[in-house]
Amino acid sequence: MSRLSRLRGRWTIPALIVVLALVAGGVYFTRSGDDPVAVPYKEAKIDAPESPDSTQTVTIETRLYLPQQTPAPAIMLAHGFGGSLRSVHTQAEEFARRGFVVLTWSARGFGRSTGQIALNSIDREVRDAQKLLDFLGTRDEVQKDSAGDPRVGVTGASYGGALSLLLAGVDKRVDTIVPVITYNDLAQALLPNSASATPRADATPAATSFGEDGVFKRSWAGIFFSAGMTSIDLSSPTGDAPEMGQTESQQPAQQPGGNSGAAGQPPTPALGACGRFTPEVCAAYTEVATTGRASQQTLELLRKSSPVAVTDQIKQPTMLVQGEADTLFGLDQSDATARQIAAAGGKVKMVWYAGGHDGGNPGTSLRGEIADWMAFHLQGKGNDPGTGFEYTVQGAFRSSGTPSLRTVVAPSYPGLSGSATERKTVRLSGREQVAVNPAGGNPAAISNLPGLGSALSRSSAISSRLSIDLPGQAAVFTSDPLDSQLLLTGSSTVRLRVARGDQSSGEAILFAKLYDVSADGTRVLPGSVVAPFRVALPPDGSAAEVNVTLPPAVRPVESEHKLALVVSTTDQAFANAEQPAAYRISLASDSISVPVVPGRNVTTGFPVAALWGIVIALLVLIGAGIIAMFRRRLAHDSDPELSSVPLVISGLTKSYPGGLKAVRDLSFRVEHGQVLGLLGPNGAGKTTTLRMVMGLIHPSEGHIRVFGHKVTPGAPVLSRIGSFVEGSGFLPHLSGAANLRLYWAATGRPLEEAHVEEALEIAGLGDAVNRRVRTYSQGMRQRLAIAQAMLGLPDLLILDEPTNGLDPPQIHQMREVLRRYAAAGRTVLVSSHLLAEVEQTCSHVVVMHKGQLVAAGEVADIAAGGGEATFRVDSPSKAADVLRGLEGVHDVHEDEDAVHASMNGVPRAAALSALVAAGVAVDQAGPRRRLEDAFLELVGE
Amino acid sequence: MNEHDVHTDPGALTELTEAAAHQHTEVAPDGSAAGYKARRTLRIRVEIQRQIRRRRTQLVLGFLVLLPFILALSFEIGQSDPNRRSGGFVDLATASGINFVVLTLFVSGSFLLPMIVALFFGDTIASEASWSSLKYLLAAPIPRHRLLRQKAIASGLLSFFALALLPAVALAVGVIWYGAGEVVSPTGEAAPFADGVLGMGLAVCYIAINLFWVAGLALFLSVSTDAPLGAVGGTVLVSIVSQILDQIQPLEDLRNYLPTHYSMAWADLLSTDVDWSEMTRGTFSALVYGGIFTLLAARQFKNKDITS
Repeated sequence: MSRLSRLRGRWTIPALIVVLALVAGGVYFTRSGDDPVAVPYKEAKIDAPESPDSTQTVTIETRLYLPQQTPAPAIMLAHGFGGSLRSVHTQAEEFARRGFVVLTWSARGFGRSTGQIALNSIDREVRDAQKLLDFLGTRDEVQKDSAGDPRVGVTGASYGGALSLLLAGVDKRVDTIVPVITYNDLAQALLPNSASATPRADATPAATSFGEDGVFKRSWAGIFFSAGMTSIDLSSPTGDAPEMGQTESQQPAQQPGGNSGAAGQPPTPALGACGRFTPEVCAAYTEVATTGRASQQTLELLRKSSPVAVTDQIKQPTMLVQGEADTLFGLDQSDATARQIAAAGGKVKMVWYAGGHDGGNPGTSLRGEIADWMAFHLQGKGNDPGTGFEYTVQGAFRSSGTPSLRTVVAPSYPGLSGSATERKTVRLSGREQVAVNPAGGNPAAISNLPGLGSALSRSSAISSRLSIDLPGQAAVFTSDPLDSQLLLTGSSTVRLRVARGDQSSGEAILFAKLYDVSADGTRVLPGSVVAPFRVALPPDGSAAEVNVTLPPAVRPVESEHKLALVVSTTDQAFANAEQPAAYRISLASDSISVPVVPGRNVTTGFPVAALWGIVIALLVLIGAGIIAMFRRRLAHDSDPELSSVPLVISGLTKSYPGGLKAVRDLSFRVEHGQVLGLLGPNGAGKTTTLRMVMGLIHPSEGHIRVFGHKVTPGAPVLSRIGSFVEGSGFLPHLSGAANLRLYWAATGRPLEEAHVEEALEIAGLGDAVNRRVRTYSQGMRQRLAIAQAMLGLPDLLILDEPTNGLDPPQIHQMREVLRRYAAAGRTVLVSSHLLAEVEQTCSHVVVMHKGQLVAAGEVADIAAGGGEATFRVDSPSKAADVLRGLEGVHDVHEDEDAVHASMNGVPRAAALSALVAAGVAVDQAGPRRRLEDAFLELVGE
Repeated sequence: MNEHDVHTDPGALTELTEAAAHQHTEVAPDGSAAGYKARRTLRIRVEIQRQIRRRRTQLVLGFLVLLPFILALSFEIGQSDPNRRSGGFVDLATASGINFVVLTLFVSGSFLLPMIVALFFGDTIASEASWSSLKYLLAAPIPRHRLLRQKAIASGLLSFFALALLPAVALAVGVIWYGAGEVVSPTGEAAPFADGVLGMGLAVCYIAINLFWVAGLALFLSVSTDAPLGAVGGTVLVSIVSQILDQIQPLEDLRNYLPTHYSMAWADLLSTDVDWSEMTRGTFSALVYGGIFTLLAARQFKNKDITS
């Protein structure tokens, strides 16, 4: 035991270092495994005809990423507008790590592919992609459905997303698609019109009017077009959108998509005014950009190369991912696609995430979800992702800069099949107002900043508060404060009445937006989206009634907040009316219909491992408790022969780490009725011995038996001992009496055994017993502590230096108490460093020095010695001679002023008279006091 | 006789010795005095009594009652600047009585609550050691494992009372000041008042479980040192260091192993579809840390030489 503890002391620090090193190593090992390894890829150039009947070819650059195991299903990953195969490198690696062969390519006109941009024309870009499907069909690494038909899924963002839809529509070899933030109809995306004469019949939550003759989305179109001119991509979102459970700075800095497209090559200088666009596309853009309106030809061009042209052919399972922060391709675009695919009999899952062209690419978890979709539909792995509807709700508040998001799931996208979207009606009020359109459409209201939106939305919530309406240019209709929260999910509809103002104008271009206004007046424009509409006004000045579908958004409008519908005449992002005009705007019906989609919050799966961990941790704790209990049970040890002996100490040793021995091989007994004094100088080991008797200190060797029972910490036999060791121990905030009562209560023994009153009287503190112990003097505490030791009238009373700090009368009383207590059939063990103390109080004595027993026995015996006598004389040498001369006397030795001799039966009186006769002056004669000698010898040096 | 005189009346001595002469201790088979039963020592009621009479306990509980009033008052005095409304719980605090409770728990969750638990657990044995009363309790004898257990239970009850007291007062204050309206979560969800009250009840339970690691560590330090301040301060220090490390983003997933990492997971309870995963992990983490520290404390206390 002692060796063990010493060993433990010596090895503590090295052991700690080893443990720390192991932990650090383990952490390093597990972390280093996380570093993604680069996925190998093969580059190839594939030639495709420039157009269906052309003999000219374009060269498409491709990369084929290979997973660890082939053959495997393939994923075609298309890039966004302005990007190239390099901008999807990271995402391609992610798919390859999930076990897919991934094919990426630069669309014609982008990256190092040759050819001109035809905006996903079915005859050009889509044919190229079909050529790539042929290529995959020849590869051994790709799993096949049948000869020449690879098992393949297609995904891509924005421009690439549209391609995936188009390809799925024209080529049945495509097994599944995941179009991300893309358009349904480019004509509607760039020239939207949210007004219709009759109410829309669509049952889906985000359907907008898709009216003819829309308002040109000038800034976005410009950015989109210039991306094709320069290969610098301003249109694709930068960075990832925030996701649930993420903190701001956790958002990865990497840009899997986005404008790193130009990284592989320097920006190509403009190749003339049309850049890399085909002349048809270039001409169409020029027409719209200069006039603000699109001819039928242009609309047809746009529509022909839009997914809407083929969606009635798509039967493949489709997961549509659209952004809630997207003023370019809004939620209404995916809504239209979903409706069309569902009508054609395809399976559609809809996901709205907190990103988009203004907010960022899909984050890690959404990319994982896309991979899960592919894994289920291509590999048959994992759970069925189903055909539900997921949308992300960004909270009204952000805690410490972290976007607080939650994802809500509904069993299906409402309105595709089954019941229509639930709509709530909110009353709006506001009289007719006049809004003026300034000449040239300038200055204009601001709702969003295309291309910059994502940077803004990342930094703070500024973007949605950016919106500025100019006074006099807008009509405002507000609701009453809401009673309860309203979770707006989709596009609200409202019916407006617009009439000419004082000036004549055949039609009006207006912009409707729906604000969330908090109780203190702060306005937030959800999603920064705005609904432009064009309405023809009757020449007679009467009002035209239109149904306006507000742009879809997701926003929790809290109770106490208001909804505010603003209809303005201008918007920075659109081609405004040039002619100055004034319009009278009023509500045709006094309410707005707000869509809500009830659903469940997405919760991460129940952590089974942690749950098992809890169970195991609890079992370990309970097990440890049970083991400890059994070990305590087994520890009991008693010797019935010693049951009447109050205390037996045998071979007791206490050594401390470092080799210091406080007590060595100490053995003695205390018999019934004794008052035993444990005598020794300070540091002799008395207190350590007494603490071991009380079970406070663990002996290194040897053992202690009290009434035959071995003493261990908390041994029940200790209840027969009353003790006072090294000072009192009281709760300073309680009175003396309360301390004693609470102490007795803590022992759990019956109150009638305590004799508290008697003990308190022994302490004799008078009315001080009711004062707080904090106020007591040293002596008072000591007396109270001795009284505490006597509570319950213990069979063995152990007092350590009981008279320290007491004044002489009190010391006298104390001796009386101890003697009479022992006389009443108890045993008392007193330690002291004062000889006189022990001599006057005790019947027996044990002398200790440096932890060892020096002497033990009856006080009288030890004091009297074995018939030795001491003579205090003026001349010790002379006296010694005289004594040596006496017959029988031997063992004579002299001190400074005394002579000691073993009398051996010779009466002291005879020796005395001999000394006096020899002329020695005797000062004192008596028995030799060996106890004192022994003690002085020990203490003396 | 002067009342203030410290003096033993000889009559008292006679009484005592007579009582001693007449009373013969009955001895049980295990060697104990007959009235002694280990399982009756230091009953919870007794220990609570010992602790509740302490000024420090009364001050802590008093402060917890006061805190919601201080918060409510500071909201009254403070300027409400609409441009600054971008924070989390703080800006939601005045939405309803429950939101005020959420704020109270939020602001006290990182420091005050761990400190209170550290105080009750860290002080419990170390203060007995510093008063030298520990040795008399152990020599009574209260078996060491029992002393540790009873004191831990008593501290646990006091801590739980304190943890429940704060939101209870905050709820009363919040309802009076801000009404019993819908509770709004930072993710923009609204729930009825009754659900909010239930959520807060569960939150208090979760916080109590999550702070088990603080209790374990404080108990371990309490048996390792005779200085109560060292045990309480040491525990609070570890908690602060853990929270600082939790702020260091590059540590990424390693932060999941920090004992304070899941301390705010109760905020998930504000949602209508409660996500239990974080709270389950938090419970597991707290159980493991708390369990290890408690076992260490028990082992340390069992083998310790009491020299105070």
